[in-house]
Amino acid sequence: MKQMWIRVLCGVALAVILGGTAAQAAVELNMYYPVAVGGPITKVIDDMIAEFEKANPGIKVKAVYAGNYDDTRVKALAAVKANQPVQLSVLFSIDLFELMDQDAIVPFDEVATSAEDKQWLSSFYPSLMQNSKAKGKIWGVPFQRSTIVMYYNKDAFKEAGLDPNKPPVTWQEMAEMAQKLTKKDASGNVTRWGVQIPSTGYAYWMFQALCIQNGLELMNQDGDQTYFDKPEVVEALQYWRDLAAKYKVMPEGTIDWGTLRQKFLEGATAIMWHTTGNLTAVREGAKFDFGVSMLPASKRRGSPTGGGNFYIFKNASAEERKASLKFIQFMTSPELSARWSMATGYVATSPAAYKTATLEKYVADFPAAAVARDQFQYSVAELAVHENARVKKFLDDAIQSVLTGAKSPKDALGGAQQQAERLLKPYR
Amino acid sequence: MHSIRPKKTMRIDSKTARWVNAWLLLLPAAVLMVAFTHFPIVGGFFASFFSTARQGRPSKFVGLDNYSYMLNDPVFWQVLGNNFLYAMGTIPLSVGLALLMAVWVNGRLFGRAVVRTAYFTPTILPMIAVANIWLFFYTPQIGLLDKIRGLFGLASHSWLGDPGTALACLMVLAVWKDAGFFMIFYLAALQGISPELEEAAVIEGAGRWYFFRRVTLPLLMPTTLFVVVNATINSFKLVDHIFILTKGGPDNASSLLLYYIYEVAFGFWDTAYASTLTVVLLAILGGLAVTQFAYLEKRVHYQ
Repeated sequence: MKQMWIRVLCGVALAVILGGTAAQAAVELNMYYPVAVGGPITKVIDDMIAEFEKANPGIKVKAVYAGNYDDTRVKALAAVKANQPVQLSVLFSIDLFELMDQDAIVPFDEVATSAEDKQWLSSFYPSLMQNSKAKGKIWGVPFQRSTIVMYYNKDAFKEAGLDPNKPPVTWQEMAEMAQKLTKKDASGNVTRWGVQIPSTGYAYWMFQALCIQNGLELMNQDGDQTYFDKPEVVEALQYWRDLAAKYKVMPEGTIDWGTLRQKFLEGATAIMWHTTGNLTAVREGAKFDFGVSMLPASKRRGSPTGGGNFYIFKNASAEERKASLKFIQFMTSPELSARWSMATGYVATSPAAYKTATLEKYVADFPAAAVARDQFQYSVAELAVHENARVKKFLDDAIQSVLTGAKSPKDALGGAQQQAERLLKPYR
Repeated sequence: MHSIRPKKTMRIDSKTARWVNAWLLLLPAAVLMVAFTHFPIVGGFFASFFSTARQGRPSKFVGLDNYSYMLNDPVFWQVLGNNFLYAMGTIPLSVGLALLMAVWVNGRLFGRAVVRTAYFTPTILPMIAVANIWLFFYTPQIGLLDKIRGLFGLASHSWLGDPGTALACLMVLAVWKDAGFFMIFYLAALQGISPELEEAAVIEGAGRWYFFRRVTLPLLMPTTLFVVVNATINSFKLVDHIFILTKGGPDNASSLLLYYIYEVAFGFWDTAYASTLTVVLLAILGGLAVTQFAYLEKRVHYQ
């Protein structure tokens, strides 16, 4: 009898000990992370995570690098649907409606409740928050954010007799300068193109920049209406097509997003439009003097913002949500945001980050680093609608069919609008 | 009487035992097949008659709506046409090349082992890695292909960005990757052909080409059937390189049926429509398998 009591006591003691350690065991967070540009992005993120874990021993963070933005969304959502543990992710800022429709994420308003948290939520650049808000709530926190900027080869400008410190500021100027910059060899083949705008992967993003510059946004704020067939939009696509067909300053066919940076670095194009997220990689790879400027204007200047936001998933427990918030606050703090910006070229997400001593000095030495930030005053939200992936594909296909000379801008965009309309009607 | 009965019981028992034994042996494979092949096929077939659930709009029975949407979907017809072209281009080329290479390295040849290994190497490389290498071959201006063309004074060309060449670029890669694999089968079959046949043919005065056409080729028919079936399946199921090279673009010019299914299922999360497309893919592959076995079987000469 006595022996049995001892056994029971031992059992209870053991249970208490085990339970105690279980409560103290680290909260484990899984985060999917997209990599869209060159350079050692994963190393930078891993280092930041290590630092966070050191400061917060109770939390473990595992980053899963899952390809580009689309691949990452696919994998993160698949994990959610399969009830795999995934508590937070960096995903496309424009996947907001899609993630809401799939019922996958929670608004930050529900997690970040203290006065301090509220303060933190309002510390970011307002133009970066445009893609975070819907139905009166904040669903995403900006981290890996960018705008499109124009990289240009100053040596090529000098060679062509252009002022290397005066990049084109209008569409007309860009076409004219590009004609001077286009170089041919003895047999008449082009060895250097004037300008290249990538049209795979993120064609709609580049196109949106052209449309904003031409005075029109592609969709409404509620994400249930698109304006693909408006005259301004058709005109913008015509200009893009004309760069190859009329001005002969851009190669025929589509231009690959991924290999364009390499082409710029090897002098195969004098100007390229690309994400500011490539800035540091271009700086490290360029063997010539290069400049960075805002995109040129038609009726106005403009670029959509782009890139990834932090999201917290619905299936995270209360404790995991709190830990996720802590991690996100750490990652978006001014110091880390500044460091991230210097390591990659992505914009730092808050004014406070640009006031840190390190970033202030960096920008003073390398003014190109501030171009994207300065462009904020002209930037608007990136294309985000319900059923985003599908609507985006309609537009991408239309753009590619025009750039390859298969369709006229009016026909292609009219078709895309019709398809988008059919899909978005039920959401109004 | 009594002496017979136990004997009879034993006979039934051993028969039942054999039965049970056989089914037990089949069970593990059968369970896996049913769980991961047959059940999803049936599930997908049923799903194709329902709408995709969205927030606030649960899935409901829609009859043949998904199928009529498919018939009106221009992208579906385009990828189907692409897939047909892709199959017509890659199957004869890769099989023909495999046969040629096999005959070549089967003969007495200096450095035969090296050549065999070289031919087989593309097979062992992962498709994704290979596609990344080829991406830089095809890249306009700075890619290998354009550098070589540049030596001859030819203009650079956007190989993957031109709808006229994008699909062909994928086909070249597929042939390059598959031919070496099929060569192995032909090589094995060639070595199984008795040398006496060749000696007899030489004595009879048959030419090498005649011997190849009338003796070797018919003897290789079982291998050819196997290889063609595999090549056909590959042309429908191998789409890894599309992810790296073109993402189906420009304007779906290089998209194949399975890649489109992936896009619809995991890009758009329209699982109902993806099921519909999958049913079509299965019907095509099933139909092909039946015709191939029914038609070619008659022409196959087994030794």
